Amino acid sequence: MTPAALSLYVHWPFCKAKCPYCDFNSHVPTDAVDDARWRAALGAELAHFAAETEGRKLVSIFFGGGTPSLMHPETVGALIADAKRYWQADDLEVTLEANPTSAEAGKFHAFAAAGVNRLSLGIQALDDKPLKFLGREHSAKEAEAAITIAKGAFPAFSFDLIYARPGQTEESWVSEMERAFQFSPPHLSLYQLSIEPGTDFYRNDIPAAAEDPAADLFQATQERAAAAGLAAYEISNHARGGAQCRHNVAIWQGGDYAGIGPGAHGRLTSGVGTDALFQVYDPGRWLADVEKTGHGTAKRRPLDSAERRQEKIMTGLRLSAGIDADLARTLPRDVVHEMIGGGFLELDGRGLRATPRGRPLLNAVLAKLLAD
Amino acid sequence: MSTDLSHIRNFSIIAHIDHGKSTLADRLIQMTGGLQSREMKEQVLDSMDIERERGITIKAQTVRLSYKARNGETYQLNLMDTPGHVDFAYEVSRSLAACEGSLLVVDATQGVEAQTLANVYLALGNNHEIITVLNKIDLPASEPDRIKAQIEEVIGLDTSDALAISAKTGVGVDNVLEALVERLPAPTGDIDAPLKALLVDSWYDPYLGVMILVRVHDGILKKGMKVRMMASGTTHQIEQVGVFTPKATKVDSLSPGEIGYITASIKTVADTDVGDTITDDRKPALVALAGFKPSVPVVFCSLFPSDANDFNDLRDSLAKLRLNDASFEFEQESSMALGLGFRCGFLGLLHLEIIQERLEREFDLDLITTAPSVAYKIQLNDGTEMELHNPADMPDPVRIAEISEPWIKATIMVPDEYLGSVLQLCTERRGEQIELTYAGTRAMAIYRLPLNEVVFDFYDRLKSISRGYASFDYEMDGFTPGDLAKVSILVNAEPVDALGFVCHRAQSEIRGRGVCERLKDLIPRQLFKIPIQAAIGGKVVARETISGMRKDVTAKCYGGDITRKKKLLEKQKKGKKRMRQFGKVEIPQSAFIAALKMGDDKKSKS
Ligand SMILES: Nc1nc2c(ncn2[C@@H]2O[C@H](COP(=O)(O)OP(=O)(O)OP(=O)(O)O)[C@@H](O)[C@H]2O)c(=O)[nH]1
Ligand SMILES: C[S@@+](CC[C@H](N)C(=O)[O-])C[C@H]1O[C@@H](n2cnc3c(N)ncnc32)[C@H](O)[C@@H]1O
Ligand code: SF4
Ligand SMILES: [Mg+2]
Repeated sequence: MTPAALSLYVHWPFCKAKCPYCDFNSHVPTDAVDDARWRAALGAELAHFAAETEGRKLVSIFFGGGTPSLMHPETVGALIADAKRYWQADDLEVTLEANPTSAEAGKFHAFAAAGVNRLSLGIQALDDKPLKFLGREHSAKEAEAAITIAKGAFPAFSFDLIYARPGQTEESWVSEMERAFQFSPPHLSLYQLSIEPGTDFYRNDIPAAAEDPAADLFQATQERAAAAGLAAYEISNHARGGAQCRHNVAIWQGGDYAGIGPGAHGRLTSGVGTDALFQVYDPGRWLADVEKTGHGTAKRRPLDSAERRQEKIMTGLRLSAGIDADLARTLPRDVVHEMIGGGFLELDGRGLRATPRGRPLLNAVLAKLLAD
Repeated sequence: MSTDLSHIRNFSIIAHIDHGKSTLADRLIQMTGGLQSREMKEQVLDSMDIERERGITIKAQTVRLSYKARNGETYQLNLMDTPGHVDFAYEVSRSLAACEGSLLVVDATQGVEAQTLANVYLALGNNHEIITVLNKIDLPASEPDRIKAQIEEVIGLDTSDALAISAKTGVGVDNVLEALVERLPAPTGDIDAPLKALLVDSWYDPYLGVMILVRVHDGILKKGMKVRMMASGTTHQIEQVGVFTPKATKVDSLSPGEIGYITASIKTVADTDVGDTITDDRKPALVALAGFKPSVPVVFCSLFPSDANDFNDLRDSLAKLRLNDASFEFEQESSMALGLGFRCGFLGLLHLEIIQERLEREFDLDLITTAPSVAYKIQLNDGTEMELHNPADMPDPVRIAEISEPWIKATIMVPDEYLGSVLQLCTERRGEQIELTYAGTRAMAIYRLPLNEVVFDFYDRLKSISRGYASFDYEMDGFTPGDLAKVSILVNAEPVDALGFVCHRAQSEIRGRGVCERLKDLIPRQLFKIPIQAAIGGKVVARETISGMRKDVTAKCYGGDITRKKKLLEKQKKGKKRMRQFGKVEIPQSAFIAALKMGDDKKSKS
């Protein structure tokens, strides 16, 4: 059965500077980015996938990066307009990731006019010192200003913070969080700093938080955010009421999405099953490929049902709502019960989900559940 | 054409480890023209990969040299290079039995060490004429005169005619050759008497099959002859007769006094009894030669394949290795914890390490090795006696009347300034002092020690407390009853058989705690908290707890990241292969040896 709902991910691979913790497909361009070419290429890939998914209902678009707030608002607008033409899209969430430098904040209204209705701001920290440590291009003051502008310009907004930075105490993180709550955001992403291979932090041996402090910080985050009305709906994502990111939730629940732009991934289901799609990673090569063949798909591989099931369980259990009972029934019963007995999972008529005790241990729990 | 007995000299080169035996052998081979200079390399006789990498001799080697002496006559010199390490003392004693004399090499920068002494005694026990050679005089730190005095004092050998040489540069080596001819006795024997040849050694050669090293005493060995092994009673047709030059070189025959090899389409080394006497099947000798005591494994450990599917491979590989080394033993064992594997016996820890390494390298096997232990003799209440090679097989304590453990007599040579710590170490290990003597600035301590106290890390500890200056040698010294108990290790309330060990009751608590502490560090945190206990019978003597894991979750997981997460999961699964599952608990394979080894270390440091 082909799901009617579809999401669209658009990857913009450029940034002003490369942050030392970041291992995303993001690059500081050596020459000026030829906006017209990129607009045309993204448009071509969009058309390519639209042809394959005709008749589906588009529920969300997510401009991620990289730094999509560096895009021309017209490019963003053109892609949104194209999407609305290709698919049925009466109730569309359109998120754009933005960095809060003043130059970019100046474009927020234009993005809103282009059709973006949700802004996700990469604030990362609320003080200049940690911002500097994180290699960010913006100051704490700019961050505040950007939040204020975003609040006025978009129906929905969110911002990201990175915590468990070296030397950060639970006390200082809690007070930073409380300051973040003061902006009364409907949505927050609170990420523990991870040290990824290939990054400057990794090369310079910046340590990730040790297990015990990491656990304490995570727990404090859960408690404080919930108390502020921003309970976690996913490991690192918090929302008030119904303000969850529809795009991400759809994907975590195993929904279909087309991914365009360099390094974008996709999952597309047809009558025979679900394919995993991988676009060419390198921006230059992606551009050349699209210009030559109309798309930059580097690899397309059918997922067997076991693998697809595994994916859905892995992402589904990250959500506080967990996975539905049908999917849960595919897991080995003895392991599920061992995990319930240990207080890591809970099971009821609605399905299977991680408990507050199980959530910070989810990788280990998944390793047990999916052991063979 | 046989060499007249008066023109043969047979000798072993003996020394403490690294004093330069193999290097001297190089020079002797080179100076007598055994190898062209382009064929020459350092320690040319150390031919196994492991020997070359570690720079030590494991297997004794024999070479026939042809030397034209200053008196104008040509002599046949049969050289046997021996290993210096105590584990291979058995190799040395076999070589000595085939010779009339020994070249005692002493490093002139270091002087007499424990194996110098041990090997001299072995040589004297074989009635050898000994030529003392002070080596490494090219080194500025060498003090040949002081070392000579030390040799006289400690060993009691006359050093007035000791030779000072450098095996490295070749200085003085010509005098060694001359001394061999002049000072060593020629062998004796009767070519017309019935054949009597000593089976000195045997090994497997991939091209020639089983090769047998022989020393002919009487009679003659020729190709095509039918020989009989006097002890085993088997008969064989000789296919090839040869000598090492050091390359295997065919000869027509071997006569009295000569050393060489034979091949006789024998399938496995186990079919040849080292020490047996080879005689002529048609005209057998009446009395056999003295032979050797068989080598006895003293250190035991279990080997399990990391992947249970490799069990058959492991069995085949062990069988193949044994073709070449009959001194290690193995028998199948089944562990609750580790599945099917083998309990193996070795001559010592180095021997164990070498076999393990060869299995992993030459046969590409991934192994779990349990901590080494020794053999115990157990007297049961019903009067029966059993030998225990594996703590896992320990009978119920209520059935046991008495447990005896093997002891050793250890000789330790150490500079005075470290003596205190060495004595302390021996006392800690339940040692009983037999003798303490001083020679110059060095002391020689002779101790009786339980072998069990020595197998884990005694040698490492000795080296570290003496900054490498102590040397150590030992011989087995019988079994003595002791207050011994089996300590079981329980992980999450389940006994892990492969971690159990036997030790003296007085030490069970401290050892048990050491192991628990070690395991606590070695076993990664898991979802559940895990108690680790050491127990004797039902009584817990030590306890530690591994607290449950607290955080293990990926912070970010967007669309593309799923692929990455899946890879992580795959990696985790692979990592599991290096882990063993015990109920809910995963124990890393490396823990099985590290827990016991390092636990001991920890204890001694505190
Ligand atoms: N300077 C110097 N070094 C030497 C001399 N003889 C041997 N060596 C070095 O001492 C080390 C040990 O030499 P080996 O010949 O392997 O000693 P070994 O006695 O055969 O050792 P094992 O077989 O392991 O007992 C090597 O690094 C040699 O190069 C010498 O006369 N002078
Ligand atoms: C894909 S990034 C791009 C967003 C945007 N370019 C920015 O930097 O604000 C999305 C978010 O991932 C988070 N992030 C990236 N690398 C991280 C890391 N190593 N550890 C924790 N969070 C990280 C940051 O909070 C960042 O805002
Ligand atoms: S964190 Fe954002 S701005 Fe920094 S390099 Fe990554 S994508 Fe670019
Ligand atoms: Mg050697």
